[in-house]
Amino acid sequence: MSDSIKLNYKITDEDFTRAGEASGDVKKRLRQMGCSPEVIRKVAIAMYEGEINMVIHADGGEIDVEISPEEILMVLKDKGPGIPDIEKAMQAGYSTAPDNVRALGFGAGMGLPNMKKYSDEMHIDTVVGVGTTVTMKVYQQ
Amino acid sequence: MTVKEMADSLGFKILNEAESTNAKKIGSVYCCDLLSIAMSKMSEEAAWVTVMSNMNTLAVASLTDVSCVILAEGVAVDEGMLAKAKEQEIALFSTELPVFEAAMMVGKAIGK
Repeated sequence: MSDSIKLNYKITDEDFTRAGEASGDVKKRLRQMGCSPEVIRKVAIAMYEGEINMVIHADGGEIDVEISPEEILMVLKDKGPGIPDIEKAMQAGYSTAPDNVRALGFGAGMGLPNMKKYSDEMHIDTVVGVGTTVTMKVYQQ
Repeated sequence: MTVKEMADSLGFKILNEAESTNAKKIGSVYCCDLLSIAMSKMSEEAAWVTVMSNMNTLAVASLTDVSCVILAEGVAVDEGMLAKAKEQEIALFSTELPVFEAAMMVGKAIGK
């Protein structure tokens, strides 16, 4: 479709201070495009949580975002350890984040639950030892 | 009450004043240090009181568009964080008060 915008972000594991730049950039663009505050909030939270997960668990990865008049599609791909038990990982409060990450205010076990809550569709493809791809959609209407 | 009015009246130390948020209304006070919870619960007009002082605090403040961030208990703030607050135009304050007392002050000031 001609009026969709495609964006690509490389997420590095180098330092936590940069996490949030990709979601911040998407948020800025959505605002410039005049998207509704509710849509912007949903995308910003869902994507930031995904970004943080990639830094914490997978040494970074890549995020592709496609913005169309109908929806915002986010595909988050990493080559991390994979998720052995998705059902458990989806439970609010369950976290495998290490202590150094908890000290920064993460590790509440709300990452994936927030991603599910704030996206209209979410799908997780994961293979232990290979990586994880999370696909999220937020509808514009 | 606006962010500027709060800055002028409550005696918090001003770490960063942001032109763009001076006129922003403070409609609620929110306290939590866990970023995922804060991010999903805070409303846009919140004054966020926390002891979590790092870049991620600012990332969450920016993504949620809160009115301001108040760092309680006199927690340390580094140069990088101040620079980021300036760049992202986030109103940032600090106080020696504990979280509850700082939040009470703001709460009373906004009639909660």
